[in-house]
Formats: sequence, C-alpha cells, structure tokens
Amino acid sequence: MNFELDDDQRMLVDSVQTFVRKESPVSRFRALRSSGEGVTGEGDGFSRDLYRKMGELGWLGLPLPESVGGLGGSFVDLMLVLEQLGTTLVPEPILSSIVLSAMTVAECGGERFLDGVATGDRLLGLAYAEQNGRYDLSRLEATAEKSGAGYRLRANKRFVLDGHVADAFVVSAKLDGKVALFVVEAKDAKVQRLKTHDGRFAAHVSFDVELAADRLLAADGLAALSRAVERGAAAVCAEGLGVMQTVLSMTRDYLSQREQFGVKIGSFQALQHRCVDMFVETELARSTTLLAALALDDPKAVSVAKVQLAAGGRLVVQQAVQLHGGIGITDEADVGLYFKRMHVIQALFGDEDFHLARVARLGLD
Amino acid sequence: MDLSFSPEERAFREEVRAWIKTAMPPHLAAKAAVDGHFEMPEVMEWHKVLAQKGWVAPHWPVEWGGPGLDVARRFILTEELELAGAPQLSPFGLTMAGPLLMQFGNEAQKQRYLPKILSGEEVWCQGYSEPNAGSDLASLRLAARADGDFFVLDGQKTWTTYAQYAGWIFVLARTDPAAKKQSGISFFVVDMTSPGIRVRPTLTIGGTHAFCDTFFENVRVPKENLVGPLNGGWTLAKALLGHERTLVAAVGHSTRTLLRCKRIARETIGDDGRPLSQDPVWRAKIARMECRLEALRMQNYRAIAGAKQGHAPGPESSILKLRGSEVLQGMFELALDLMGHDGLSWMNEPGVVPAHEDWVAPTYDYVRAATIYAGSNEIQKNIIAKLILGLS
Repeated sequence: MNFELDDDQRMLVDSVQTFVRKESPVSRFRALRSSGEGVTGEGDGFSRDLYRKMGELGWLGLPLPESVGGLGGSFVDLMLVLEQLGTTLVPEPILSSIVLSAMTVAECGGERFLDGVATGDRLLGLAYAEQNGRYDLSRLEATAEKSGAGYRLRANKRFVLDGHVADAFVVSAKLDGKVALFVVEAKDAKVQRLKTHDGRFAAHVSFDVELAADRLLAADGLAALSRAVERGAAAVCAEGLGVMQTVLSMTRDYLSQREQFGVKIGSFQALQHRCVDMFVETELARSTTLLAALALDDPKAVSVAKVQLAAGGRLVVQQAVQLHGGIGITDEADVGLYFKRMHVIQALFGDEDFHLARVARLGLD
Repeated sequence: MDLSFSPEERAFREEVRAWIKTAMPPHLAAKAAVDGHFEMPEVMEWHKVLAQKGWVAPHWPVEWGGPGLDVARRFILTEELELAGAPQLSPFGLTMAGPLLMQFGNEAQKQRYLPKILSGEEVWCQGYSEPNAGSDLASLRLAARADGDFFVLDGQKTWTTYAQYAGWIFVLARTDPAAKKQSGISFFVVDMTSPGIRVRPTLTIGGTHAFCDTFFENVRVPKENLVGPLNGGWTLAKALLGHERTLVAAVGHSTRTLLRCKRIARETIGDDGRPLSQDPVWRAKIARMECRLEALRMQNYRAIAGAKQGHAPGPESSILKLRGSEVLQGMFELALDLMGHDGLSWMNEPGVVPAHEDWVAPTYDYVRAATIYAGSNEIQKNIIAKLILGLS
C-alpha cells in the first residue's frame, strides 16, 4: 500500500499547476463562459490554441495508446492533471474528447478515427444520453439498421458535452438488439448548441444518416460505453476535488479577512466548524478519488467516490457560498462559478441516487 | 501507487483470522457471534489470551514485549479483532499509561509497571476529567500537596471508566495552585487500594456501569509515583492525544455493524411483505452508510501508508476520530431503525428478540459517547480550525 506520488507524477502536477495559474486562471474561464455579466456566449467557451498547447505538453495523449500518438500513461496520471484543471475551471474539452471519446475509440480498435486527437487538432464528443432515459446506457431509442453496404442511423442525443465544437461523435444506438457504437462526422449531424448551468456549452445532436460500413466502431459496445462512463465518473471526481480544495481555501481566506463586530469572522466558532466540515469532506474526497483512480474496474469503488463527490462536494460549495455571505450570491464572485460546476459534475455519469442504488445492488443482492 | 496490501500483509490477515477462530474460548466466541456485551472479567480473560500470543500490545516496542508489527499489520490485527466481534480491550493500560510510561517514566517505573500492563495482571483506569474540567481539562483541581516523601491527593475525578475493576489509576493533579492553568499540573500513577480512595460506578444510558466517579481524600502517594517532571504533567496530557492515531477510526467495528445491519435488513419483513433489503428506501440508507464507511476506510489507508513512509500523522488522520465516531454511531442508528419494533426491547431474557439484536439498543445508546470521549468532536474541530485551517 502506497499513495505517494513518484517523481514523474510530482513533476506532472507541478507543471499543470504552473500552466493553469499562468495560462488559464479562473478569470479566463469567466471571460469565456456562456452566460453571465458582460458575456455574450457567442464564443466557443474555450481556445483551440490553448487546447493544442495541452496536446504539445502531452496531457491529451497521456491516457491514449502509443499507436495513436499517446503516451500510454496511467489513469492516476490523468486524474492528477484533471484535479489541477479543476482548480481554475479550465474549460478545454479534455473530458469530452479524450476521457469519454478517444479512449473509447482506441479501446474498440478505432485508431483510424483518432488522427489529430492527441495533438488537439480534432475534437470528439460522446453522444449517448437521450430524452427517455436517465443513466441506463442500454435504454435507447436510437436505432441503426443495415442499409446497403452500410448502416442507417437515427438518433436524438442530448447534452453532448462540448458537442457544439466536436468534429465527430461517438454515438450509441440499438443494432440487432445490442448497443452498437458508431463514429459520425459532425457534418452528418444536426447540432443544436446550448448553454449549460456551469457556463459551458453542450449540444443536442440528432442523426438521420447513411453511414459507410467502416463507421461501425463496435457492434456490441455496451461494455466499452460503460467503461467510458465509469472513466467519466472517476474523472469528474478528480476535477471536483480540485474544485473543493479551491473553494475551501477561498472560503478560509475570506473568513480570515472579512471583519464584522470588530473582529475577523473566522474567529467565530460556528463558522470555523462549518469550514472544518468542508475540510473533512474535501479530504474524504481526496481519499475516494484515489480509490476510484486505482480501482477503476471496481464499480463499488467508483460509486463510493461519486457519492462522496455528490454529497461532500455539494456541501462544500453550498457552504462556501453561505460563508461568503451576500457577495457569494453575486455573479462577480468566483465562488459561484465553482458552485455551478460542482452541480453539473455531480449530475453527470450517475448522480448520487444512481450510485447509492448500485452500491446497494453490489452489497445486498 | 498501490492500493492493495502486500501478499505478506494479506497472509498476516489470514493468520490472524485463523488464530482468532481457534484461540477464542467458546463462551467468548458465543457472545462474539451475536455481538454480545462483554463484562470486564471477560475482557481481561481475552487480554490474557492475546498476551500469551504476544499480540495484546501491537504498538509496543519489542523491548517491552511488543510483537514488532509495522503500522499496516497493527491496523490489520486491530481490524480483524474488531471484525471478529472480539472483546474490546481496555485501552487505559495498553494504549495510554503504557506508552506514556515508556516515553516519560524512569527506568524503575517502566520495570515496575509495564510487564503487568502487558500481562493483564494489573488493570488500569484514567483520571483526567473532573466535574468542572471536561473539554477544558487544564482547569482541573485535584490537589496534590507535597508532604515529606509523599504527595497527598484531595479531590475528585470523573468518567474514570471501569475504575471499579482497576488496580491502578493515572491522574493529572495540580501541584502548584499558584501557577498558570497548564503549568501547575503533574502526572501520577496511584494504587487504587490506597486508603482514602472511593469509587462510585455510574449507570450509563447504555445500561452498563462503564463510568465511575473516583474520590480522593487525603490519599498518600509516594513521591516515586510522579511520572515526568514536577509541574510538567501537561506535556504528558498532550502526548497522549498523539498516540496511535491511525487506529481510532473503528473501521473494523463499523464494518461488522454494517454486516449486522444487512443481516437484519434481510431477516426483517417490511409492509410490502418483502424483506427490508429489497425496499429501495432502506437500500439507499444502507448504501449511504456503506459509502461513508468505505470513504473512511480509504482515509485510514492513506494515514497508514503515510505512517509507513515515516510521515507524522497529517490532516488526513485528524479526520479519523471525527468521522470514525460519526460513522460508528450512524451504523448503530441504522441497525436500531431497521429493527422496528424489535428495537423496543431492552436487556430482556434471551429469545425476546433474535440474539444478534439483543445489544443493539444498549450499544446504540452507549456509542453516543464516541463523539464525546478522547476529545469531543467539537474540540477536534477547534483543533483542525486552528492548526490546519489557520482560523482564529
């Protein structure tokens, strides 16, 4: 048993930390976001140049196989990167394009679709969620059927993360009773750009298209899709840990500086204890995030982490707003940006109730 | 990074598990199987079985009879004993007086006391709190007045758990009434058979006489029973808080209680005619406690791994007592809730409720103490706020 970072991991964390502070402080996300004071929402919410820079630094290729220009690194390494990106809400689409999509494509032998993905030149999106389904990945209305030498795909997918900019989509659909995965270029899809709660973008994406046979990524892709969503859950735990640490330290700083009744409000025991509650939840999230990263194949481990993210993370951001007082409710205070992001990631890849139900299944049936 | 115990550590776990099965006397094993309550004589009987094996004081150094186990094995041993439902050993000699004597006692004191703590020949209790000195321990008033070769003790200690069984007590007493709060305190070990000591057991809400008041009236204590420097007792008081912080989370005890909750859920029929274990609301409640426990377990693993690397306990271990006590209470609350009407039963003859439910209500009541003793959780939060978050 050993949870120490090795030298390479320590260097990786240092370099991401330096990068986000210099290249993407939270003020950058504030300027790029989809809605808020003085924000038009007309941009794409991120920068392709900065994303390419992340590619040059090797972070995009970190979890991808060497055959597609990746580094074949460990998931722990990737989680260390994501945690740091969470500290300043870096909006570049590494979760959607790399963790959810590219890793799935690579796992299914779709190297042919991955040109330019590790360098950040090409963006992928995972289109799996639908209107009449929640977290059950096999509950699909999307269909595919044989058509000539290829397939006819009909699908209406919702809230495809960063779907507004994706160059291609990995799409789930029922084919011969199984959950199949296809790779579809954006030009063959109808993309409805939309804003999300956290100031980012997503898209409802619909497909009604004839596809060549080689667009089929996996005829029986449920296991690969499940793994993608497990990775997503673990990844947002890491990002969420960065969020929790950051709002904890913002709140502590605020309590140490704000004065009322002639004293620092951080001298009040009621507020100190609230802050300790935030600290406890954050440290437990650090533990469970590590657990998920190291035991990604164990659904219980991932669920334990996701429940901690949802329950602990919400407590942390809600109390952060509370302890900031009225300023915490204003758009100009950064704490609100983190608050919103936490609420989005806790709902993604199985919310608290979904994961509690899964832990119950694993432990009681 | 590595999440798993090593093959050697796993083998050690098997060894402990197998040993407990053969070594536990049948009348203790019968109680353990249903999570029964152990009386102090039974606790000491088990103490002696463990002492024979050399495992009674896993954290003691080899020179004083400890088994020389590393921090991971100490955790495993503790966890397996808790998982087996074995009697919980009295900590006052093994984890309090013993290590303090090792750290601050002179050679004669160590030779005199340590072997008998280890063997279980002498039972200890703790004299820290007083009626007006709880969380504010430094305001204690038990007086120790120098008189020739003796100190004369006058006053009262409270929450002296299992003092009625103890042969020895370690106390913090005021040796310099004029000095500032913390500075005038000294640490003594006192023979409980000394004339002038009177013990009055207190019935707890858990239905057992766990606590006592211990009164001192002109109790003459030889000067050689002073441990550490005169008026230097506060240093010992603080040192006690730092001992074995990786073992305070009660992960094994909570795990066992979760398993009991699941058993009760499977065996208790709900209003829809199905076991509670099939009811979505109860399933979610059980799963939530399981998640809280697993998060705590990982927190504990991090503290152990850190200690293995030689790091002083950091913020991750300060959480273990805080959350560990809450999780333990939560487990018993869940068990009691699951029992429904069975939870009404209080210390009846066998058979009124299933044997494994007999002690749920009393234990639920008693473990409310877990967030109070060893530095109440509110005090723990004060410490974290000040030392880790820098709030003051």
